[in-house]
Amino acid sequence: MSKVRVLVGTRKGAFILSSDGKRENWDVSGPFFAGWEIYHMKGSPVNPERVYVSQTSAWFGQLFQASDDGGKTWYQPGVKPDDPNAQPQWPPVKSNRFVYDSSEETGKPLTTHQWYDGTQHPWEFKRVWHVEPSLTDPNTVYAGVEDAAIFKSTDGGANWNEMPGLRGHGTGPKWQPGAGGMCLHTIILDPKNPDRMFIAISAAGAFRTDDGGKTWKPINKGLKSQFIPDPNAEVGHCVHHIAMNPDRPNTLFMQKHWDVMRSDDAGDSWTEVSGNLPTDFGFVIDVNSNEPETVYVVPIKSDSEHFPLEGKLRVYRSKTGGNEWEELAKGLPEKDCYVNVLRDAMAVDRLDKCGVYFGTTGGQVYVSPDGGDTWKAIVHDLPAVLSVEVQTIP
Amino acid sequence: MSISVNNVRVQIPYHLRNLARVEGELVLEVAGRVTIKSVLDALERRYPMLCGTIREHDTLKRRAFLRFFACEEDLSHQSADLELPAAVASGKEPFLIIGAIAGG
Repeated sequence: MSKVRVLVGTRKGAFILSSDGKRENWDVSGPFFAGWEIYHMKGSPVNPERVYVSQTSAWFGQLFQASDDGGKTWYQPGVKPDDPNAQPQWPPVKSNRFVYDSSEETGKPLTTHQWYDGTQHPWEFKRVWHVEPSLTDPNTVYAGVEDAAIFKSTDGGANWNEMPGLRGHGTGPKWQPGAGGMCLHTIILDPKNPDRMFIAISAAGAFRTDDGGKTWKPINKGLKSQFIPDPNAEVGHCVHHIAMNPDRPNTLFMQKHWDVMRSDDAGDSWTEVSGNLPTDFGFVIDVNSNEPETVYVVPIKSDSEHFPLEGKLRVYRSKTGGNEWEELAKGLPEKDCYVNVLRDAMAVDRLDKCGVYFGTTGGQVYVSPDGGDTWKAIVHDLPAVLSVEVQTIP
Repeated sequence: MSISVNNVRVQIPYHLRNLARVEGELVLEVAGRVTIKSVLDALERRYPMLCGTIREHDTLKRRAFLRFFACEEDLSHQSADLELPAAVASGKEPFLIIGAIAGG
């Protein structure tokens, strides 16, 4: 029988929630890396026992961790997991070394972006927001970072190099940080085209490469953002998250700062599908793994009030690819709920009856084992949840 | 000419002890002049998993929320090449790496 492993990153450590295919009874392990911010963790589709973790701290900076046994034990790539105190251990660990490429040959010395006051500001590495393991090689992994850039490792996270074509393609000086920083938070690999990747940056927008990351172009046509001088600008949009059903990689769904959008041409153009949503502000969005036109969002009241409408936590589901949305409430808090659901904190499994998961800033992780019809809290009292990923293990 | 080797006591924050898988105070062999830089070099050489956590890779700039104390003095803003007090070099007093206090 298949099982699922839910990887939960929180403000104060990582947790792993495990269940069989029924998704009724759960084992909770953790906290791992207790006291550290775990922005994201994700397993390799090729080798599910390989799990990558972004571990950060305002004091000690970025760390990168990995597991080869599904999260039972962890190591920093570059340190032998079975011999952590071997002497001498030199050269130094570099799995937390993220240095922007500013070479003439590749990085085209791009060193500034737009700052809050409109001036240009140097690029400064803060943290890794998102890790995306390769679809074909367990040792290849991508990292989306703040200040926005994408890095790649081909040795299991031991060494990282920027893919400089993204920052260097020309619009970088117009990118600007949102309230949460200028983060590259979404990386989507096209399962049918190994040269194609999608990324999203807040607040710059969505971008696509069709040549394995050498060159990139903005894909924001159709987005409208009232908070920038030209609402239809090529870049500057605050994209919160993008989701794709792997069986239909040309169709993308986007939760923007405001507006829920869809594209059927791999991002070349977007149309709004907010339809009858009670508010189209939000952070998360995901697509049912079995039904490519079934989409989930969690409406949040506004950009000024980051909590659900009327204190009722609700998921909204569209079975028509947007525009027509239904409220999903069964098992979710009916009142006095003022949590948020952050952009990387929703995921779906790949079981026959698609499971949907999301975590809240109040420390709850909810599961729906029936595609959203009913919900149940797996845990109630974790630290604020930053990210949720699911592994479906045969 | 032989180079002297000092046994320097170093205290690091809780999270870094966990990361390095050590408990309590460390004793590091530091060859030559005992400076902030030479102590941190020795620390990272012995515990390379700490690279980048106390000072940044490449620039070796101290991370903003960490402080260096010794003999009741705050040495955080001193040159990394500052020679540490004789009491630290002799092992009488520890070199302290302190995380700034913050709540939440």
